[in-house]
Amino acid sequence: MGIEKNLANLGIVTTCLDKVLNWSRKNSLWPMTFGLACCALEMMVTVSARHDIARFGAEVYRGSPRQADLLIVPGTLTKKMLPMVLRLYEQMPEPKWVIAYGNCACTGGVFRTYNVVQGIDQYIPVDVYMAGCPPKPESLLTAIMMLRDKIDKESLKNRG
Amino acid sequence: MTVEGNETRKEMILNMGPQHPATHGVLRLLLHLEGEVVKKTIPIIGYLHRGVEKLGENRTYIQNIVFTDRLDYTASMSNNLSYALAVEKLCGIEVPERARVIRVIMTELQRIAAHLLWLGTYALDIGAMSVFFYCFREREKILDMFEMVSGQRLTPSYICIGGVRRDIDDKFLEALKVFCDTFNDYVKDYENLLTKNPIWIERLKDVAVLSAEDAINWGVTGPVLRASGVKFDFRRATPYCGYENYEFDIPVGTKGDCYDRYLVRVEEMRQSNRILKQAMKDIPDGPIMADVPFIAFPPKDQVMNNIEALIKHFKIASGTFQIPKGEVYSSIENPKGELGFYIVSDGSSKPYRMRIKSSCFVNLSALPFMTQGCLVADLIAALGSIDIVLGEIDR
Amino acid sequence: MNRQEIIDRIQGKVSSLIAGTSQGIDYPVVYVNKEHLIEFMKFLKEDEELSFDLISDVTAVDYPDRNPRFDVVYHIFSIKNGQRIRVKVPVGDGEGVESVTSVWRGAEWLEREVYDMFGITFYNHPDLRRILMEEDFKYYPLRKDFPLEGIEE
Repeated sequence: MGIEKNLANLGIVTTCLDKVLNWSRKNSLWPMTFGLACCALEMMVTVSARHDIARFGAEVYRGSPRQADLLIVPGTLTKKMLPMVLRLYEQMPEPKWVIAYGNCACTGGVFRTYNVVQGIDQYIPVDVYMAGCPPKPESLLTAIMMLRDKIDKESLKNRG
Repeated sequence: MTVEGNETRKEMILNMGPQHPATHGVLRLLLHLEGEVVKKTIPIIGYLHRGVEKLGENRTYIQNIVFTDRLDYTASMSNNLSYALAVEKLCGIEVPERARVIRVIMTELQRIAAHLLWLGTYALDIGAMSVFFYCFREREKILDMFEMVSGQRLTPSYICIGGVRRDIDDKFLEALKVFCDTFNDYVKDYENLLTKNPIWIERLKDVAVLSAEDAINWGVTGPVLRASGVKFDFRRATPYCGYENYEFDIPVGTKGDCYDRYLVRVEEMRQSNRILKQAMKDIPDGPIMADVPFIAFPPKDQVMNNIEALIKHFKIASGTFQIPKGEVYSSIENPKGELGFYIVSDGSSKPYRMRIKSSCFVNLSALPFMTQGCLVADLIAALGSIDIVLGEIDR
Repeated sequence: MNRQEIIDRIQGKVSSLIAGTSQGIDYPVVYVNKEHLIEFMKFLKEDEELSFDLISDVTAVDYPDRNPRFDVVYHIFSIKNGQRIRVKVPVGDGEGVESVTSVWRGAEWLEREVYDMFGITFYNHPDLRRILMEEDFKYYPLRKDFPLEGIEE
């Protein structure tokens, strides 16, 4: 670890600001505790010991949207629930990301009825779509990996 | 969260939910508080109303199985069974013995899985984190078994009209045996963590008491009813799938508080394990689907090799079958209580009316009664103790 | 008690309250006119031999071409006998029935749901509001003339 040793002596690191921000953001995603339907159960399983979402630094589930930067929309979104979801999304501080988890959140899934929103992306921007009914916990991990890649490519110029 | 103060009465109206870490989904409670004391609870539901009953009228009997999975998504197998039994009753289908035993195995596994999920999240609500991880460890084993037989963990659509979708194999039975042999030790682990834990007892004892008389009056079913001291279980009262041949006890509580509900559910897990052990001892050989050409799918290997079976399969899948006219109500003992299906048939391939009677819906309606005059912290304990799933409540 | 005994008992005791009975595929069915509903339900619950004490379900079925248009359907279970009974009450469009919450408290939400989904009023109900849909929703989703995918505003 030659570089680190030398740098430690100097006390200075030179890097690009984008890289530091992205590195810290992608390794500490804080999702919001937010369950809608069946997919929320698989989201809970992802937190449990077997899949252990903590390996990717995303285990700090927050009850308040003001402390979260990742909104996982797990499950069927109804028209009655929609205003609350929008409000929660708006309360989250920038930068924030959204994972549409499961068929219902992506497109409405099998529920093409009078009270179901046919896809959350009609109302808020979605970063990662994950299909499945419900997707397996591994899929959520995949989604988080994909999101990490995406965050890595972001720049201050384009997004706060 | 909105707070409205009233100077003279000092009553505060507080919103809990629909997005709240302790509401188990999208439930909203409107609390009228006087300090810490809950004067009145008004549950507001419908945030997950997906219109399954309406959808059921527009899809064929075969397609509707998929929606039953997503009602009480913690107990999909049981929902499948309840729906399948209702349609079978309507058509007068006799299910083969092997399929009946497999159904019992699956629903009892599902009962354990559902109770484990409840125990884990309930402990989390009360503040015990580690139980959550223990419970999910065992629940994963059950979900793995479901994946083995159906390819899906949570929404298997495995039990279908006329029998079950696929046969179980030796690998499944081996996993089941290992699970049954070890599970009682795990239950002991949970009990070691909770049953005599002073915080647990303090939080649950004498909270949200529901007497036997009130429980019946409110139409409550399932573990909540049994915790109130009513020895009543649909597996005994109206046996289905051959439950009359299995030996098991119906655990009952004495007082009807949250602690009793906890004890009843833990004991139910043991009893389910007991049923599993009896069921797996000798599973009869034979077909897994009833030979009812107009609605029960032919075996998959025949569909691949036999043109007649293929045509049959196509006819069923495309919904060109006819069901006898009539109306039928059938209910089973779900992990959460009575799940009933009321189906009115007009003779076509789609139900004229598909009504789903949800146990959680009725159980939740008793919550305001149970929690009158309790503290806010007790309300969380009470809400968790009745074990609701919003997918089934809102449908 | 078996099914026939239930029907016999009902016919023997309160034949003036009922409009008809049938066997049904699964459970005995009793047809009641809405004027006699509460009286009949009280009998079902309080009769010592029948003792239908657990309300399973309250729902409705819509027959748009029929007059009266709806059937309100009650399923009631007897813990003592292990038997269930189905009670049907025909109700016209825009009409209502007496609420059975005075007999079984558990009917409260079930009736609210019927009101929400079919627009059938329940008289003397403690809190008759919409339950699943929004308060300002104008339609009744489970009526046959309401399309599955809803009506665009």
